[in-house]
Amino acid sequence: MALAAHDAQLTLGTGYPGTPSTEILESLHSLGGRAQWSPNEKVALEVGIGVAFGGGRALVTMKHVGLNVAADPLFTVAYTGVRGALVIVSADDPGMASSQNEQDNRRYAIAAGIPMLEPGDSQEAYNFTLLAIELSERWNIPVLLRMTTRVCHSKTIVETPGYPVPPAPPAGYVRDVPARVMIPAYARPAHHKLRAKLAQIAAWNEREGPLAVVPGSDTLGVITSGVSFQYVREALPQASVLKLGLTYPLPLELMRTFAIAHTRTLVIEEGDPYLADSARAAGIPVEANAEIFRFGELNVARVRRMEAGDLTPEPKPVPGKPPELCHGCPHRTVFTALRDLGCIVSGDIGCYSLGVLPPFLAMDTLVCMGASIGVGLGLRHTLPVEEARRVVSVIGDSTFVHSGITGLVEMVYNPPPTGHLLLILDNGTTAMTGLQEHPGTGRTLDHASTGKFVFENVIRAMGIPDVHVVDPTRDPAAFTELVKTSLDSGRLSVIIARRNCLLAAGAIKQYEKCPEGSTHEQ
Amino acid sequence: MSNNVRNIVIAGLGGQGVLKASDIVADVAFASGLDVKKSEIHGMSQRGGSVSSDVRFGSKVFSPMVPDGEADFLVVLDPTQIEVNRAALKPTGILIDPSILAGYKLKSEKSINVALLGALSRHLDFPESAWITAISGHLAPKLHAMNFAAFETGRNA
Repeated sequence: MALAAHDAQLTLGTGYPGTPSTEILESLHSLGGRAQWSPNEKVALEVGIGVAFGGGRALVTMKHVGLNVAADPLFTVAYTGVRGALVIVSADDPGMASSQNEQDNRRYAIAAGIPMLEPGDSQEAYNFTLLAIELSERWNIPVLLRMTTRVCHSKTIVETPGYPVPPAPPAGYVRDVPARVMIPAYARPAHHKLRAKLAQIAAWNEREGPLAVVPGSDTLGVITSGVSFQYVREALPQASVLKLGLTYPLPLELMRTFAIAHTRTLVIEEGDPYLADSARAAGIPVEANAEIFRFGELNVARVRRMEAGDLTPEPKPVPGKPPELCHGCPHRTVFTALRDLGCIVSGDIGCYSLGVLPPFLAMDTLVCMGASIGVGLGLRHTLPVEEARRVVSVIGDSTFVHSGITGLVEMVYNPPPTGHLLLILDNGTTAMTGLQEHPGTGRTLDHASTGKFVFENVIRAMGIPDVHVVDPTRDPAAFTELVKTSLDSGRLSVIIARRNCLLAAGAIKQYEKCPEGSTHEQ
Repeated sequence: MSNNVRNIVIAGLGGQGVLKASDIVADVAFASGLDVKKSEIHGMSQRGGSVSSDVRFGSKVFSPMVPDGEADFLVVLDPTQIEVNRAALKPTGILIDPSILAGYKLKSEKSINVALLGALSRHLDFPESAWITAISGHLAPKLHAMNFAAFETGRNA
């Protein structure tokens, strides 16, 4: 994807790191393209929309749950359309290798009315990124590229085309208020326009869409998409296969012709029964995956089972060694203190979610990025006073910038009677996804120095009475005492526990010694 | 179809160089003109937990993952991970683990991944120079000598 974006002379790549999407922007940067991290996915998409409104080519990357954060602008940019290209990557995680749910983001394409391509290997990741740019510019519509873990975290051989990618049109603003301002009077016709575009794209998909037909048996046909195609080819070499590339809007007439040409047509897909339901709603005679295959990733063995209708229990993998907080990680001191104080910990997404595991067992809730503050406040509002005083919200530095800030606004605005304590675990990096920069580090994606978001200044300015900045590992007893006092105070407190991530500490020292690039005014 | 596909699973703990080792194998196969696919799960698992990576090569490879029970070789960098991954190995498959290096001394434990690739290399039909080129391409120059030595140790063990 990064190579395709680079070859297409992408104007800007934006995103927020999240497994398995993180490497796209990092690779784009290393290839010499322009890429930057945004505070969160919503902002990243909004910046991408602006780039595309201005006639540029934008790629916006995120993991599947990130698209939930970006959903608000997503649905409306489908109406406004774009002038340049806007390609949005959703990296889904069936099987939840490192996610809190396994939502199938093909549903977003339908709900928002955005055409969607599903690459099934590295070659298609390259081809479909270029195709997405082309479709986006041809129909002035954003395009969703839906990836899955196995496409993101696998490497397959890629041949780049022998023809030059069409050059990007020159950027420049063209005023078109009815197309860009979605007040109801303009949004109503925009919705009709969107449906008309989708009908055209559906017709194009039927005629010349990016699909592949592998001829084979008359008795067994398989309709599939994405990485599932690879499993099907290996597990069922005798089957005829219709592999779909643009899976929204679907080429239903082609699917119908294919299905009725076979005695039996299976739909083999990872995640929700999206293709199967769509086919059956259109009266196309296909068999869907059994419900048990909706959970987790597919593989060759499971596809063999699907074909055989084998619903016997699947062999359970031997459990591996679970991840843990690094030895010497500053979060260890914090979770030891919270455990020993018997706190009710409203947690968040990041390395510190490992505080839920032994030996800490010190996290009670984890919902989504930024939820620690709101959920902690809700607990404080409802629990009996003695229990309420044990509630503490814990969030990391990158996550705080991502979506914790508005939670803190809520804390100032609707303080519970017992007050509340927020702990920001500031380790100077986005550790979980592989040590990315964020606004609080004061460095850009390429580690060049830039404007820095200073937590304590902003938080003090928000009117929190008690704001402490401490290194918890320097004096763990004093840290424990500070947490205890804050919990009992009945006031609003924020403790910023600041110490660099062990894995990042060396690099951070280097970056600070010799800042690269321009330094912006703060 | 899968007859001519060679399946290798490399496993270990986060930080041991599982992914680096699988990248090196994939490069060696790629350089010889074969179709190659490589797959891994990382992310949260890189924090000291189990990590494994699959490499498949042949004239045409479909699935990027090695189906359970079809690995020709299982290379395990940490003894605790042998049982976790044993189901990957086919009955006639070969297990390569640190016990192979008993009696040999590596300059650094960090090069155990490359040492075990040395042991793997004896079973595969690629020239030693292809391995040396791939190792060079994946490691910083200052680590080359140590890893070439580790590779030789494994190759001769």
